[in-house]
Amino acid sequence: MKTIELSSVLTAGKAFTAKVEADSKVNVRSCYQCGKCSAGCPAAYAMDYAPHQVIRMVQLGLEDRVLSSHAIWLCASCENCITRCPRDVDLPALMDTLRRAAYKKGTVAEKNVALFNNLFLQSVETYGRPHEMSMMMRYNMKSGQLMKDVFRGPELMKRGKMSLRPEKIRDNGAVRRIFGRVRASSGGEQL
Amino acid sequence: MKYAYYPGCSLDSTGIEYQLSTKAVAGTLGVELWEIPEWNCCGASAAHNTDRLLSLALPARNLALAEKEGLDVAVPCAACYSRMKATEKAVRGSEDVREKISEIIEMEYGASNRTLALLDVFTNQAGLEQVASLATKPLQGLKTACYYGCLMVKPPRLAEFDDPEDPQTMDRLMDALGAEAVSWPYKTECCGAGFASSRTDIVLQMSYEVLRLAKTAGAEAVVTACPLCMLNLDMRQKEIEAKNGVAIDLPILYFTELMALAFGHKPAAIGFNKHFVDTTPVVRKVEQGRRAKEVQP
Amino acid sequence: MKRVGVFVCHCGSNIAAVVDCERVAKEAAKFPGVAFSIDNKYMCSDPGQDLIKKAVEEHHLDRIVVASCTPRMHEPVFRRATENAGINPYLFAMTNIREHVSWIHTDREKATEKAIDLVRMAVAKVLHTVPLEKSSIPITKRALVIGGGIAGMQAALDIADNGNPVVLVEREPTIGGKMPMLDKTFPSLDCSACICTPKMASTDQHPNITIYTHSEVERVDGYIGNFQVTIRQKAKYVDHKICTGCGLCETKCPNKKIPNSFEAGMGNRTAIYKAFPQAVPNKPIIDAANCRKLTKDKCGVCAKVCPTGAIKYDDQDELITIDVGAIVMATGYDLFPWKEAYGEYGYGKYPDVITGLQFERLVNASGPTSGHILRPSDGKEPKTIVFIKCVGSRDDVKGKAYCSRTCCMYTAKHAHQAVDKIEDSHVIVFYMDVRTAGKGYEEFYQRTVEDGVHYVRGRVSKIYQLGDKLIVRGEDTLLGEAVQVNADLVVLATAMVPSAGSGEIAHIVGFSTDKDGFYQEAHPKLRPLETFTAGVFLAGACQGPKDIPDTAAQGSGAAAKASAVLSNRSMETDPLISQVNDAVCAGCGVCVGICPYRAIELKEITQRAGGKTIARRVASINSGLCQGCGACVAACRSGALDLKGFTNQQIMAEVDALCL
Repeated sequence: MKTIELSSVLTAGKAFTAKVEADSKVNVRSCYQCGKCSAGCPAAYAMDYAPHQVIRMVQLGLEDRVLSSHAIWLCASCENCITRCPRDVDLPALMDTLRRAAYKKGTVAEKNVALFNNLFLQSVETYGRPHEMSMMMRYNMKSGQLMKDVFRGPELMKRGKMSLRPEKIRDNGAVRRIFGRVRASSGGEQL
Repeated sequence: MKYAYYPGCSLDSTGIEYQLSTKAVAGTLGVELWEIPEWNCCGASAAHNTDRLLSLALPARNLALAEKEGLDVAVPCAACYSRMKATEKAVRGSEDVREKISEIIEMEYGASNRTLALLDVFTNQAGLEQVASLATKPLQGLKTACYYGCLMVKPPRLAEFDDPEDPQTMDRLMDALGAEAVSWPYKTECCGAGFASSRTDIVLQMSYEVLRLAKTAGAEAVVTACPLCMLNLDMRQKEIEAKNGVAIDLPILYFTELMALAFGHKPAAIGFNKHFVDTTPVVRKVEQGRRAKEVQP
Repeated sequence: MKRVGVFVCHCGSNIAAVVDCERVAKEAAKFPGVAFSIDNKYMCSDPGQDLIKKAVEEHHLDRIVVASCTPRMHEPVFRRATENAGINPYLFAMTNIREHVSWIHTDREKATEKAIDLVRMAVAKVLHTVPLEKSSIPITKRALVIGGGIAGMQAALDIADNGNPVVLVEREPTIGGKMPMLDKTFPSLDCSACICTPKMASTDQHPNITIYTHSEVERVDGYIGNFQVTIRQKAKYVDHKICTGCGLCETKCPNKKIPNSFEAGMGNRTAIYKAFPQAVPNKPIIDAANCRKLTKDKCGVCAKVCPTGAIKYDDQDELITIDVGAIVMATGYDLFPWKEAYGEYGYGKYPDVITGLQFERLVNASGPTSGHILRPSDGKEPKTIVFIKCVGSRDDVKGKAYCSRTCCMYTAKHAHQAVDKIEDSHVIVFYMDVRTAGKGYEEFYQRTVEDGVHYVRGRVSKIYQLGDKLIVRGEDTLLGEAVQVNADLVVLATAMVPSAGSGEIAHIVGFSTDKDGFYQEAHPKLRPLETFTAGVFLAGACQGPKDIPDTAAQGSGAAAKASAVLSNRSMETDPLISQVNDAVCAGCGVCVGICPYRAIELKEITQRAGGKTIARRVASINSGLCQGCGACVAACRSGALDLKGFTNQQIMAEVDALCL
């Protein structure tokens, strides 16, 4: 393990910490690292860093490390942590901000999670609502898991739970324009 | 009672039972559900991970359409409910957000209407006495584990109708329907929801915990109010059993299905036959219970 | 010609870092009436005070202005310095260029200008000041102590030993407070009852102490030296003058299943009861709400068996009025109601999740299990015990932001007792920090670790029951991994909060509380035992979370303060109070209702007008009660009221100095 020289790390990370705090509206200095978030996180077992360590990395400004972590993508946004946090540190909001930052920076560690999100939103942009069938097919191709859940399709269709044709809303131009304006507005982090 | 109704994407597909039973229950309760015309997807878990503005704008369009009619919005899906609630609060809390969002969705949206969980509408708003009086075929003795999932009652700043750690709305509903709600500890723990496709391994683990504890508590069925929970607990139950080498056999039902059943609707008409885990034991148990009760004067 | 001296304090760098004090002094020299002006590093120090004296001699000054910190801090110091220099102490004005300038501004130029303006105003004010004289009021040589726990008993004993009578009022049927509930005390592991019960007996037997138990203070009038106190002695239904305390009634009472608050809900008592065998007074009372005779007019067994006929079912509350000169507040603490807040720990639905105080009863030889640690659900000895610290403390969301100070140590003590008493036990303490700031405390904690107690750094996120185990899910933050304990018993170190009803009694006595409801001390360092109400002092956990050593020390401290008041026959009062101009007063009485200290009444005066003697009513100020707040002055429609030392003329002069 490499020794971290704190004064240079803190200098280098100051702007990152401030930006994350501003975008997420979360004061990471409130956190006293009790670990209650990690203790109650149902997905923590699969993470490379425990949730409280994600906050710690933001506190220190360890930008590269936190933005390339798997942990931020494995948060299920279940809100357990903020429900129990003694310091009201909104970790789900922080995770959202970190994922968006990682996405912008191109350091997404969980490619499939981001891929799924993207395909989902593309589908919504196209049809106004996601079309599971085409979305899952594209997801399987792009993620290289051709056979994933293939037996689900017929099972779902048999039960009337998946349709071949996408359900398209008539006014899907309105939804496309929402996507277009959002793209032109640089994310609205400042709001 | 009239509400704008936002079914959300799942209710036309994987959550078809939720849709069928919701309509049946609304009919019996006399709750008018006006489906928002040409509603769009709320962005679910994908939008807020990608773009904050998008995550507010997608729900806002639907809410604005309802606001024009002066209606509160009833939302069955816990994930949609959470996103809509977040949007409602953000718009109500900031004039800047309100302006920006109105501009993006090409409609005025001032969050003057409320977003309500369908669970809240069918219980607290409709009144449990009325529900109980309409339960002509009570679910005698059925032991249920009420599973609220994560987003229906959390985070606490968005949770408006029940407790985030030990909610009671569905438990009281079961009581009104003649069923029993077992006490169990995983009422509001997450099933893995959004990772169903991208990290199925995590979902299998998280959902297993939920099912295991429901089973241990003696439940004969799990009751849910969320189509994502349903998908994970129902469709993936076989996989969970195989992976952990255990038999679970827990039917998963929407609270609306049990309401409709108790109101006397035919199981097939409200989607009982569309589940992956066989639901006939539930129907049988309820009928047995009722017959036993009728025998005893 | 008036000659004002201006003294500008640097307060080290507290003021000088932001304000150019030298320039302020130079500018002040130019103000009308100023004969001398200087800046100094520490005006409150001896050399600083000497500077005033020397300047008065050399420059023949007759008025003083000091620009420094808040008057709350050092106004008395500078008044005395002014007096020592031979000037009437009220020909002095203080202006605050620290809290009002240097601590809140960063721009040196603008801050200096503001400081100059403030000094300009103070000079204008002091020019219109007249000499004032102190008056004196008599002192009632008796103290009231409210609350009979360790703090109240210590205070009462010390005041009584000083030779003054004390009235001790306790809400519960016995004095002693929480301490007799405890088993052992840290860090010495002394038996708590062995320390506390002798103290209870001494308090009871002291010739100077009168105890009213099962009583509450209902009303307090008056002011320092002259309080009138009304005490409600609640009906006991037992005549304690006749009762011998034999205890026969308790053994015969049929209602035996009432949760005993002394056992923290872990044991039961009867409807006629003594809280515990060493209770003081050692005589029972009847709990009216649970007595079948008093609620349903049935039973009556206690009266039948009482050998002395002491039972009085028709007993009534009694009001007692006493005069006292000083009051010590010692109302103690309660535990944070965790069952209402912590759903993740089960909202109290799991019987084997208990508080530290309940654990004290379990481990106490006189407790419901005779000192055997047996868990409430099934009476079995727990092998794996989890302690969770900071439940309600350091949690701004569900509980309190503050640290409750005592939990780290009592949890270490409990953990030590658990490993000591239970063979092959696993004792696990979840903590965030271990705070052991006390004599011998860190050593005690280290010993606990040596004993084999496992400390895990992290909070517990969830507890749930699975079979006969409690599943405790926490994080070991040092390991960076989640941990789970399949526990038999969980003990929560719940936060200390002000005792129930403490806010009401503060209101009755007339002083303020802080944001958490603890009693507000006048100054954390300079006046830690005093309230803002003269003659009312603080002892123990009512002022903030405290352990027993600190509580006892504060009890003695408050006693010293109260004794100082009682040591005089009379005391001087501040002349900065309201005055009435009888000639202008219309007797409307608006001020009477407005005065928060009940210091104004209407009195009748006679005067000659047009050759006739007429009587009319005018406002009259009670100099003992008036605190100089000025509310009446602002309210007076005829301009008859004025506040000495802050007259309308002085304030207008300040405004003019700033604006003209």
